[in-house]
Amino acid sequence: MALDKPYKDIPGTTVFDSDMARLGYHLNQFCMTLMKAENRERFLADERAYLDEWPMTGEQMQAVLDRDYNALLKLGANVYYFGKLFFTDKISFQKGASLMAGMSEEEYLAMMVSGGRSPEGNRYIGEKDDG
Amino acid sequence: MSHVPAIGAAVDLGKTGEPYWQPLFAGFEFSKQWIADEKPDVIFLVYNDHATAFGLDNIPTFAIGCAEEFEIADEGWGARPVPVVKGAPDLAWHVRQSVIQDDFDLTTVNEMKVDHGLTVPLTLMYGQPEAWPCLVIPFAVNVIVYPPPSGRRCYLLGKAIRRAIESFDDDLSVQVWGTGGMSHQLQGPRAGLINQEFDRKFLDELVDNPDELANVPHIDYMRDAGSEGIELVMWLIMRGALDNKVKEVHRHYHVPASNTAVGHIILENLRP
Repeated sequence: MALDKPYKDIPGTTVFDSDMARLGYHLNQFCMTLMKAENRERFLADERAYLDEWPMTGEQMQAVLDRDYNALLKLGANVYYFGKLFFTDKISFQKGASLMAGMSEEEYLAMMVSGGRSPEGNRYIGEKDDG
Repeated sequence: MSHVPAIGAAVDLGKTGEPYWQPLFAGFEFSKQWIADEKPDVIFLVYNDHATAFGLDNIPTFAIGCAEEFEIADEGWGARPVPVVKGAPDLAWHVRQSVIQDDFDLTTVNEMKVDHGLTVPLTLMYGQPEAWPCLVIPFAVNVIVYPPPSGRRCYLLGKAIRRAIESFDDDLSVQVWGTGGMSHQLQGPRAGLINQEFDRKFLDELVDNPDELANVPHIDYMRDAGSEGIELVMWLIMRGALDNKVKEVHRHYHVPASNTAVGHIILENLRP
């Protein structure tokens, strides 16, 4: 009998469940190494070579190189793990969030200051065209 | 109370008086005086680690820190310039034994660095002291790799923690803090979600109707309060450790701090 996964229809959201954690295991464990200053330096000096040390898929590797955060989410990375990439790149979590939201940092900041993204129309996939 | 990392950075970089941050910190002025008067010996600090001490190699649902001290982690931008966290090992080991015998199978941790999830709440309550004026038992809850424990499980665990603390021989003043939340989503195209109505109702129910609040399923938090809003289940551990009827001493709610709605509430038992 399948597990109930009622969160699959939340728009613009990837829940980091067992399936995703399994899929992204090496990708996330790579991110963990960026908590050490010497690893951050070594990664930035030659990203491809550093990534080659991890048994991740080519797609996962490319998403890291491209800093395509929404792709990383689909490939099993979790935001608290790839948040260490934000810090390595010296961008804020707010900037990272704005990139995933497809907004400029200024637009995103303005949205947050005016109370954040409303849940209205954002609870279920298909509830609203612009999700 | 909430633990947004940017709050820590605002304090560390001396930005608390800026217009963006001032209203947030103003809501903690009362609390700083309150805790200076209360002078707790130990904070039992329920929080979540953010892929800092625990990666995917070990994912304990509930982990109690029993060490003498806990170093401040480098989360990727260097360690926060805050004092080392001193543990309360005698009480922590006692709570561990009592709570496990009470059917909650905790993971015991003796080597652990602590991240902003633990240090930002301390900063909000104590400012920037040379040393933290209290001992701390870090109690880490997995809210990152789905599923976290249910609200009900957290609430009942809080009750077991209360029994454990009360059965400790030394006469200590112990506070239980629940941290994390409130509504927020840090990931994907829906990043930035905030639900003030959900948060305010959560705070109301937390005070007066915790038993029913404990029944709220994970999906409601994630759908209505953002994928990271699920951190709020940790507040139910704190609530479980208090009497059914409590006095609300202070409440503060502010949007935004970076990506997040910030909530803060102080509750006391009617009889100390």
